[in-house]
Amino acid sequence: MAIEVRIPTILRSYTGGEKAVSGSGATLTALLDDLDSRHSGLRGRLITDEGALHRFVNVYVNDEDVRFLGGLETKLADGDNVTVLPAVAGGAGPAVAGS
Amino acid sequence: MLEIPQAMLDRIEAHARRDHPDECCGVIAARDGRATRLFEMENAERSPTGFTFDSAEWLRVYRDVDDADETFLAVYHTHTKTEAYPSRTDIGWAATTPFDHWLLVSTRDPDELERRSYSIVDGTVTEEEVRVTS
Repeated sequence: MAIEVRIPTILRSYTGGEKAVSGSGATLTALLDDLDSRHSGLRGRLITDEGALHRFVNVYVNDEDVRFLGGLETKLADGDNVTVLPAVAGGAGPAVAGS
Repeated sequence: MLEIPQAMLDRIEAHARRDHPDECCGVIAARDGRATRLFEMENAERSPTGFTFDSAEWLRVYRDVDDADETFLAVYHTHTKTEAYPSRTDIGWAATTPFDHWLLVSTRDPDELERRSYSIVDGTVTEEEVRVTS
């Protein structure tokens, strides 16, 4: 089962510079485990030690943010495409609001 | 140094005023280091103390820029109650985002916006010149 995964520039050090890699898995978790077997360290940039999706990244399955699907348990099928992007956020911060 | 056309700066300042007192945010794309396009992004937080790119909009913009063989030059956002200096939150996020320049605009004094740019590398903030081109 082949699923194409598009990797952002900031994570291409894990894929030997490749823009896209291919993997397999029935869920996003399984896919990331599979990818990590060939691209060691990639999984750790996407998933926290507690096993949650890292807030610094967005992962999309067929262009839908997985946070609005099934998260890491999102089901995958042959021919699906997965895109990883850096999330972008910032701002003055809550400490300022209370001051 | 961040080089930015006056017309883009005008749009950023208009965006900043329009969304005040919430923070606004956006990105500037570039080719060969020269600014080409400005994207005003939706602040999914709609908050006076933070911003987050809407994930669906960000995917569309990222792909548009990537497909055009452009890169991301700068991210901009406002601080609406404090000075235009990167917060601890900004510095944290800078580590995992692909921007060489962080352009901050403060709208705390709506009559006189403060605009400053920084590089943020490995947690170190360095202010840089903003050169406005015609």
